[in-house]
Amino acid sequence: MKAMSSPEISRDDVAHLASLARIELSDDELDRLGADLPAILEHVKVVQGVAGADVPAMSHPVPLTNVFRPDVVTPGLTPEQALEMAPASEEQRFLVPKILGEE
Amino acid sequence: MSDLTRLSAAELADSLASGQTTSVEITQQHLDRIAAVDGQINAFLHVDPDGALAAAAEVDRRRAAGEDLAALAGVPVAVKDVLATTGLPTTCGSKMLEGWIPPYDATVVARLKAAGMPILGKTNMDEFAMGSSTEHSAYGPTRNPWDTSRIPGGSGGGSAAAVAAFEAPLAIGTDTGGSIRQPGAVTGTVGVKPTYGGVSRYGLVAMASSLDQAGPVTRTVLDAALLHEVMAGHDVRDSTSLAAEVPPVVAAARRADVAGLRVGVITELGGEGFEPGVRARFDESLELLAKAGAEIVEVSCPSFEHALAAYYLVMPSEVSSNLAKFDAMRYGLRVSPEGVVDPSAEQVMAASRDAGFGDEVKRRIILGTYALSSGYYDAYYGSAQKVRTLIAQDFENAFAKVDVLASPTAPTVAWPLGEKLDDPLAMYLQDIATIPANLAGVPGISLPVGLSEGLPVGLQFLAPALGDDRLYNAGAALERLLTERDGAAFASLIPELEVAR
Repeated sequence: MKAMSSPEISRDDVAHLASLARIELSDDELDRLGADLPAILEHVKVVQGVAGADVPAMSHPVPLTNVFRPDVVTPGLTPEQALEMAPASEEQRFLVPKILGEE
Repeated sequence: MSDLTRLSAAELADSLASGQTTSVEITQQHLDRIAAVDGQINAFLHVDPDGALAAAAEVDRRRAAGEDLAALAGVPVAVKDVLATTGLPTTCGSKMLEGWIPPYDATVVARLKAAGMPILGKTNMDEFAMGSSTEHSAYGPTRNPWDTSRIPGGSGGGSAAAVAAFEAPLAIGTDTGGSIRQPGAVTGTVGVKPTYGGVSRYGLVAMASSLDQAGPVTRTVLDAALLHEVMAGHDVRDSTSLAAEVPPVVAAARRADVAGLRVGVITELGGEGFEPGVRARFDESLELLAKAGAEIVEVSCPSFEHALAAYYLVMPSEVSSNLAKFDAMRYGLRVSPEGVVDPSAEQVMAASRDAGFGDEVKRRIILGTYALSSGYYDAYYGSAQKVRTLIAQDFENAFAKVDVLASPTAPTVAWPLGEKLDDPLAMYLQDIATIPANLAGVPGISLPVGLSEGLPVGLQFLAPALGDDRLYNAGAALERLLTERDGAAFASLIPELEVAR
């Protein structure tokens, strides 16, 4: 039996996680998630005591390795198709906000 | 003119083959039905009358020309809005993808089109398939045709309600933790989650890639098998797709014989937390199966007790990774943060993700980000992956003793809209019986087995990987036994909706 991690998670922790996940949460949302997450973590933390060290981890239902498809050229999207749903585009490129000059 | 919306897909296919009707006539009647009742149900996010009728006319022309057609050619279908459809909006029930029109078809959609099946429209769902009630759709909830004050299950409440309300004979759903089977149970319809890898995920907007699987949503077990055959099979565009023969599901649904079949009742699913009415219908079904020659035994799967906890770590972890692609750069919603002059890409990304995602999606992304973060990874995600192994081993041990496993599909009947919306854990508990199959990758079917307090109850069969045919054999047999007992097919019990003119 391993030591259980404490599921304590503060409002500041939620704000940090939100910044890692690139979501600008409002104060109201931080309050609500700050209340929800500890309750959910309290429920799911039971997994920590269930399996011994000898149990392998399972990431996928069907173990498959080195899956290849035939090396055949198939049609892809045209530049027009790829850009049609872009929020903004220019000269056959995605137009994005500035990526430099940040803090 | 007879009401073609009341026929099963198999009956429609027969009447098309014999020339009694046309695909245009069938498709038009379903479009008319959608226009008449969907104001009450909200099963559809988008209806495509022109596209559906054009496809119907084309398949009628090919039939008239004597071409060799697929079994379901000309039978219309509704598609959950999580599958990409060329030229039709694909929103996943989210503001993030409002107005997004994909430039390609999901493989499942391409196969429906190749089979000559007109696509009626796109069905409502919990945002990015996260929920058990369809109340997390950004476009308003779908309502249960049995009682429009109640939820239709989720995430695929739109597909299940469309079929239950006779708006479509067939629909496509997707099931990550029960999103085909639980809506099936609470709307009195049939839903199948195929073996993981049995149906291509190409063009299925991913929620949790190691769990997601698309499958049929119908009113009869045979219809589900017919649709399963259209959808399934290897696809080079999905590296997790299985290079195996599609199990003989249609033949199994036609066989429908449980004599000598060993049915394992899962000790851990069906006791505490399951409503008495649900348990009663389940027990009666077992008696019917036993009378027909099935051998009923109890089987313990002790690790299932921890399946819900493992799922709510594995799934959000994959969600947090998969939904990172909605970054406001190449497609989807882009909004600028308020009061910021010349915002950076990072600021636009964070503001767009706040504006585009709803509460449940944010909750799961944050939970997954936590479970995968440095220092917690082994304790949460790593531990959950080990529980997943134990659950797969429980299935392996169980299927050494029995041919199929059985449990109630969901612990309760449909509940009133809003009842569980502010209690995420209560909502998550709805998937307690359906989640183990997703974690292990095995197939499952839910079919209606009666009513409790006037609302449908579902029974679930589970089978080993690539044993999907066993589900159809057992499911069709139970469906026939119930129809014989009640003197009528289950769908005949669906209450009539008020029809808008």
